[in-house]
Amino acid sequence: MPEVRDIQIPEPGARVAAASDELQDMQGEKMVLNMGPSHPATHGVLRIVLELDGEIITKAAPDVGYLHRGDEKIAENMTYTQFIPYTDRLDYLAPLANNVAYALAVEKLMGIDKQLPPRCQYIRVICCELARISAHLLGMGAFALDIGAITVFLHTFTEREKLYNLFEALTGARFTTSYTRIGGLSRDLPPGWVEQCRKFLEEVVVNFDETETFLTRNKIFTDRTQGVGVVSREDAIDFGLTGPNLRGSNVNFDMRKAHPYLIYDQLEFDVPYGTTGDAYDRYLIRIEEMRQSVRIVRQCLDKLPGGPVNVPDMKVILPPKERVLTKMEELIHHFINVTQGVNAPPGEIYFAAENPKGELGFYINSKGGGTPYRMKIRSPSFVNLSIMSHLLPGHMVSDITAILGSFDFVMGECDR
Amino acid sequence: MTSAEIATQLKTQFGDLISGPAEFRGELTLTLADAERIAEVCSALKKNFGCDYLVDISSIDNYGEDPRWTIVYHFYGYEHHQPLRLKTSVSEEKSELPTVTTIWRTADWHEREIYDMMGIRFRGHPDLRRILMWEGYPYFPLRKDFPLAGKSSDLPEVGFSRPSPMAGGPFVTIAGGKDTISREPRVRIPETDALATTNRVERRADIKDAHGEGKGPGPIEPKK
Repeated sequence: MPEVRDIQIPEPGARVAAASDELQDMQGEKMVLNMGPSHPATHGVLRIVLELDGEIITKAAPDVGYLHRGDEKIAENMTYTQFIPYTDRLDYLAPLANNVAYALAVEKLMGIDKQLPPRCQYIRVICCELARISAHLLGMGAFALDIGAITVFLHTFTEREKLYNLFEALTGARFTTSYTRIGGLSRDLPPGWVEQCRKFLEEVVVNFDETETFLTRNKIFTDRTQGVGVVSREDAIDFGLTGPNLRGSNVNFDMRKAHPYLIYDQLEFDVPYGTTGDAYDRYLIRIEEMRQSVRIVRQCLDKLPGGPVNVPDMKVILPPKERVLTKMEELIHHFINVTQGVNAPPGEIYFAAENPKGELGFYINSKGGGTPYRMKIRSPSFVNLSIMSHLLPGHMVSDITAILGSFDFVMGECDR
Repeated sequence: MTSAEIATQLKTQFGDLISGPAEFRGELTLTLADAERIAEVCSALKKNFGCDYLVDISSIDNYGEDPRWTIVYHFYGYEHHQPLRLKTSVSEEKSELPTVTTIWRTADWHEREIYDMMGIRFRGHPDLRRILMWEGYPYFPLRKDFPLAGKSSDLPEVGFSRPSPMAGGPFVTIAGGKDTISREPRVRIPETDALATTNRVERRADIKDAHGEGKGPGPIEPKK
């Protein structure tokens, strides 16, 4: 039983001395704090075990895997086409970009990535960039929400809702789009979609400006983010950071520029990159990337060519239904494509796309046939998070939300 | 410097140790004969050939063949913008090779993942623990002899803590109490179902049983 004593109120001078004595005693006394896996600032199910000295982090051990579903194992046991819906669930904030990256990886393995019809390539670029806007809008909104600016989140979510309407019109699903197919797309653009998209682009640009008025020169926001979570250029490369997190640390590298896939080499856009590598730089880069994405989508809509959206090879894509029902050859192709999958040659490829979160890579090792022998998904969030145990120590507990928010990771992709 | 030049120069430096390059879809793959020297080759790649970015490490289970494991390294250089792939093999009996975490710190989590999924150990790794599965999980799920449906295993002791103060749902109110204190919302204790009794003193005792002495919420005793 604790002893009950009267409260003693010492003189103010003595109180300060006693407090400083007490603080000195406390030094070196560490406390272990468990953050997550269900914490609003960890964007899903990231768990970080923190060791604290007062409010200063002395050690941080991220613990991932709470959302592990064994996607790589699943991929080994199904055809290439059957795996497309699983790619929706990697970075579930930009499913369209994952669909495109995965389809391009399999097409590279089959050697048909250069034969895609122009219309297909343009639509895929539009999908990638709209997905980037969608992912950054959420990432930025959640970042601001984590450090106290709730309005931004609601503001960016409004635009995201319009994007979801566009995705629904395009793919039939708002969230899990599964839009691409090996060798093409599941369907062409619906009528009137281009106009809807143009209208959206006009509106979203205004939203970017408004969002910036909330944050960019906001004293509270800059105080919370400038000089916080600084990643040096050397560390960023050493830890394999990619995407906006790498570019924030003064590395001018973008897969779309360095190794252009689809028609990115025919489009005009700039790659923003930061100078200091702090949380504020990463925020500025995401804002600018969205503006560049709007620029890219506008160019694509202007130049959008006609023609088919699938490669003309019935051994790769599903033949049209009316021909399946009337022609023997197409019936066989349809049957083989559905039951055994597209026939990929033996070999191994690595394809990486510049996704909203960073470099999403697929390493496919094929022994021939319709299923991969081994498929490794190099997910940007997984690699980006590995720097946390190096980056967090020395920061205050309240900086964690700013740092995690600025890194903009998705656990579905991290844990696969 | 192109990938082909890097491959040729690396071969001249290491001689018979490196074979290849094999080309497929414009990508070059080198093969390292002795996995024990992977750290040495990687170090040369980073220092002499500008491969400052380790993209990825993955592993392949060649089930039924010898050697069973293939480890695949992907490199990239931010100066010359050239990718390169290096493969090496490890036998099942050995299942071990040197770490490259001293060369690239990003290798830390990649190697942990390979250990977790395939059971290949990396000698010299600072913290070789499971990363996606939990500590103490007995299998290596990406091996080809592990079934897709999985195998049953014991879950770790998850419920290690006492019921949290608000467990069982907050804000449970008893209507018709005789004063505000007995009517105010409070915690429902699932084990004892403290709400079964309306007697304040009994309920307090129940809550103490569930939460421990001096812990947890409970009605404030009115002053006598």
